[in-house]
Amino acid sequence: MQVQSYFSSLDNLDGELATLNLGPTHPATHGIFQNVLKMDGERIVSAEPTIGYIHRAFEKLAERRPYNQIAPITDRLNYCSSPINNMGWHMTVEKLIGCELPKRAQYMRVIIMELARIADHLVCNAVIGVDTGALTGFTYMFQERERIYEIYEEVCGARLTTNIGRIGGMERDFSPEFHEKLQKFLKDFPAKFEEFNSLLERNRIFMDRTIGAGPIAPDRALAYGFTGPNLRAAGVDYDVRVMEPYSSYDDFEFDIPIGKEGDTYDRFVVRQEEIRQSLRIIRQAYENLPQGKCHADVPAFYLPEKPDVYTKMEALIYHFKVVMQETPIPVGEVYHAVEGGNGELGFYLVSDGGRTPYRLHFRRPCFIYYQAYPEMVKGSMLSDAILTMSSMNVIAGELDA
Amino acid sequence: MNLDNGTLLAAIERQFPTAILSHSEPHGMLTIETSREKIVEMLRFLKEDSETDMNFLTSLCAVHYPKQEDREMCVVYHLHSFRQNLRLRVKIFFPVNDPNTPTMTTLWPAANWMERQEYDFFGVQFTGHPDLRRILNVDDMEVFPMRKEYRLEDGTRTDKDDRFFGRDGHEGIEFD
Repeated sequence: MQVQSYFSSLDNLDGELATLNLGPTHPATHGIFQNVLKMDGERIVSAEPTIGYIHRAFEKLAERRPYNQIAPITDRLNYCSSPINNMGWHMTVEKLIGCELPKRAQYMRVIIMELARIADHLVCNAVIGVDTGALTGFTYMFQERERIYEIYEEVCGARLTTNIGRIGGMERDFSPEFHEKLQKFLKDFPAKFEEFNSLLERNRIFMDRTIGAGPIAPDRALAYGFTGPNLRAAGVDYDVRVMEPYSSYDDFEFDIPIGKEGDTYDRFVVRQEEIRQSLRIIRQAYENLPQGKCHADVPAFYLPEKPDVYTKMEALIYHFKVVMQETPIPVGEVYHAVEGGNGELGFYLVSDGGRTPYRLHFRRPCFIYYQAYPEMVKGSMLSDAILTMSSMNVIAGELDA
Repeated sequence: MNLDNGTLLAAIERQFPTAILSHSEPHGMLTIETSREKIVEMLRFLKEDSETDMNFLTSLCAVHYPKQEDREMCVVYHLHSFRQNLRLRVKIFFPVNDPNTPTMTTLWPAANWMERQEYDFFGVQFTGHPDLRRILNVDDMEVFPMRKEYRLEDGTRTDKDDRFFGRDGHEGIEFD
């Protein structure tokens, strides 16, 4: 093919390459990020992602907020599974201050985190269905997600951006309505989930669309910093809950599903199986929920009971000190990682003893693995690229922070 | 052979006897400080050596310490060895007037966007990076906003005093 020397860009290569702008607004809930694709007919030659449309300066904000006020910021990272982000942050601070939680609080956290993981994977898989044209599964599973939201509401009062848990435990014990709702969920959800599964998992059209779409080899995935279901679909069984158990995850028995090709179908099936494993963990945690307090004994960080605040002097003073963050925080640096819906969500906290962090860096799995997207879609067709993007579960909040 | 913090430190010291400027173990993670001249060699060794086997770059971030003369900029690398289940933190310090440090994209493509993010926020120039430009902020932004000299808000607010909300920052840093 002749390239005219005074044209430097590929666009003018005999007029064959087209530039297509995919985003920043996408149909079907993908979030706000843009991809400028160079297309040769229906095939993608190159892709250039642009992100930062929902950048809210979380790392700068965190330097000006006391430790208990940072939890609402973490909500808004991966907002489909915000309890996991919250718990990750609380555990980071607890690691810094050296606080050990009672078993009951840890099991409560596990239940909430696994519900969040189910909610996140439900969205992702339903959206993969939507992008192949199967809208029914999406609307059906959102009803189930609503039940999870109702369970969150019993614990913390909010549906999406939960700010669940506190430094030192959970804000309140589970109410009777919570137990009712959770038991009903555990009874009804598996059957509905299997119905959703039967719509897609062995569906000829779905399989033809997703098998071979956006594959990635395991060594490339590791080089790109993949973690979570995307890495497990490529075949590497890395799960932070098993490598470095936190919050009593080593008390529970669960499997880590892995795929073979790392393509969209594998990501879908891995997430489906992870939902089943999460249900298994929730059942084990709920059935063996120990008696005890829902929080550790850290009056410097955990608010005292309200009746005490109104009647006792020490409680009043502690309440004041916690709210105004007058507690001395240890100097030091700590890195803590949890298994988020998308992989290893890490918090690198540098404290200089002041009431706000000196530096808080979020290791956001979405941001890191989205770099691989151009490589994954190169040479594939546009419809495969859309599927690959939705199967990677890129949540704009976590991408940009 | 099972690696732990002690044997990992010994393995690095054997290979780079003069490169480790300091080391500590805050909260159980081995943290070593080295220089930007040695950092690529050291991380390459850590990645390729079969004993240390640090195959995964977990995270790369920068920290700004404006009070430390000639060591204002810090870049922190978090590495992880899956086989040995061990994490390592490596730090380098360099002056803010000369914020150049080598890129890690040759070792891990994951470092690409991570370095762009730290360039965007702190102005760290990663030499050898294939495409060093802003990633999260607008392209025509002139400042590096995460540096300590820049405030969070524009300071013209008169209705809310942050001191009463426990948000006045820390001792030693002036937020006026």
